[in-house]
Amino acid sequence: MKPEDHSVRKVALGAAVVTLSSYRLGSVWHCIADNTDPGARLARAQGTTRDQAESSALAEAEALLSGKRVAPVTGCSGG
Amino acid sequence: MADYAKPDVLVSTDWVAQNTNNPNVRIVEVDVDTKGYDEGHVPGAVGWNWQTQLCDQLRRDVIGKQQLEQLMGSSGIDNGTTVVLYGDNNNWFAAWAYWQLKMYGHKDVRLMNGGRKKWIAEGRELSQDAPSRAAKQYSAKEPDPSLRAFLPQVQDAAKQVQAGKAAMVDVRSPDEFSGKILSPPGLPETCQRGGHIPGAANIPWGQACNEDGTFKSADELKKLYEGKGISANKDVIAYCRIGERSSHTWFVLKELLGFPNVRNYDGSWTEWGNLVGAPVER
Repeated sequence: MKPEDHSVRKVALGAAVVTLSSYRLGSVWHCIADNTDPGARLARAQGTTRDQAESSALAEAEALLSGKRVAPVTGCSGG
Repeated sequence: MADYAKPDVLVSTDWVAQNTNNPNVRIVEVDVDTKGYDEGHVPGAVGWNWQTQLCDQLRRDVIGKQQLEQLMGSSGIDNGTTVVLYGDNNNWFAAWAYWQLKMYGHKDVRLMNGGRKKWIAEGRELSQDAPSRAAKQYSAKEPDPSLRAFLPQVQDAAKQVQAGKAAMVDVRSPDEFSGKILSPPGLPETCQRGGHIPGAANIPWGQACNEDGTFKSADELKKLYEGKGISANKDVIAYCRIGERSSHTWFVLKELLGFPNVRNYDGSWTEWGNLVGAPVER
C-alpha cells in the first residue's frame, strides 16, 4: 500500500504545541500527535476520516498533557 | 550530499527504493514511536525497538556486545552487510542506533536522508509484512571509547570549556536549557534540577534538519555550529536529556562535518541534573 494525502499541521493545546501528522493507508486514516519539540509521540489514532483520526489523537494527547493520563510505557520517553 | 565530510553515510529515499531487494543491504527502521513500524514500513525492512532491543534491560546502558551480535545476526546482518537505518522524526532514534553500531565497529552504516517522514510524504510503498531473511553470524568489535563520554570525562571537559579547549553542545529545547521546564511536554520529569552544564552552547538538535526531515547542507551546518563556538579544533561533547537527541547531533558533527573528536554523553541531563553538588547554569 502507498500512503496518500499526507499532511502535517500544528495545533496549540494550552501552553504546548502538538504536531498532527496524518495520512491514509487504503481505507484507514492514521494520525500521530507528537509534542513538536523534540517530537515524541503523545498519541496515535486511526479513523475512517482524517477528522476522526485527528480528533481521537488530539483528545488523547490533551489528556496526557493535562496529566489525566500517564505517559505510555512505549514510544514516549525519548529525548 | 557531496559537500559532507563523509557523503556515503547518507542515502536518498530513491536509493533505498532501488535497493529493497539487494542481498548485501539490510534496511532497518528505528522509531521513537515504537508502533510506527507495524503500521507500515519500507518493504523488506526489519524493525528494531529502541526500548527493548537497543537498551540494556537491567542497568542503564546501551546494549552489550553479545546482545548487539545477537540482534545483528538475527536481523540477517553480517559484518559485510550495508546497514541502512531510518526512522521517524528526522531519524532521531535511527541516529542513536547508528551511533551504537559505529561504537561496536560496524563498517558500513548509513542513514536514509529524510527518514520515515520523507518516505511517507513521497507516497512510497509501505509494507506490513514481516521480512524474511536467514540469520547470520555477526562478530562485533569492542566498543570504541572515543565516541562516548562518561561522567568523569564530561566533568573534565566542563573545566576545559572555560579555557576554550573543549566545547559542549546542549541540544535540548531552549526551555529545557534555561531550566524553565525539566522535560519536554508530556514526558516524565526525570531530573531534580533544571538548567544546563556551565559553558554549554544551546543548539537544539532539530535545527540540523530541513522541513522535509533531510539534513541541511554542509555550509548551513557549519555556520550553525561554528556560530556558537562548536568547531572542529575542539574536543566536543553533545548531550541532551537521555542521550538520543544528542546522538543525532553527534552524527552531524562527526559524520557530516567531519569533526575529529566528538563524543555523545548519553548520561546527559538525567545524570548531570541529578548529581549532588554539580555546577548548574540557568
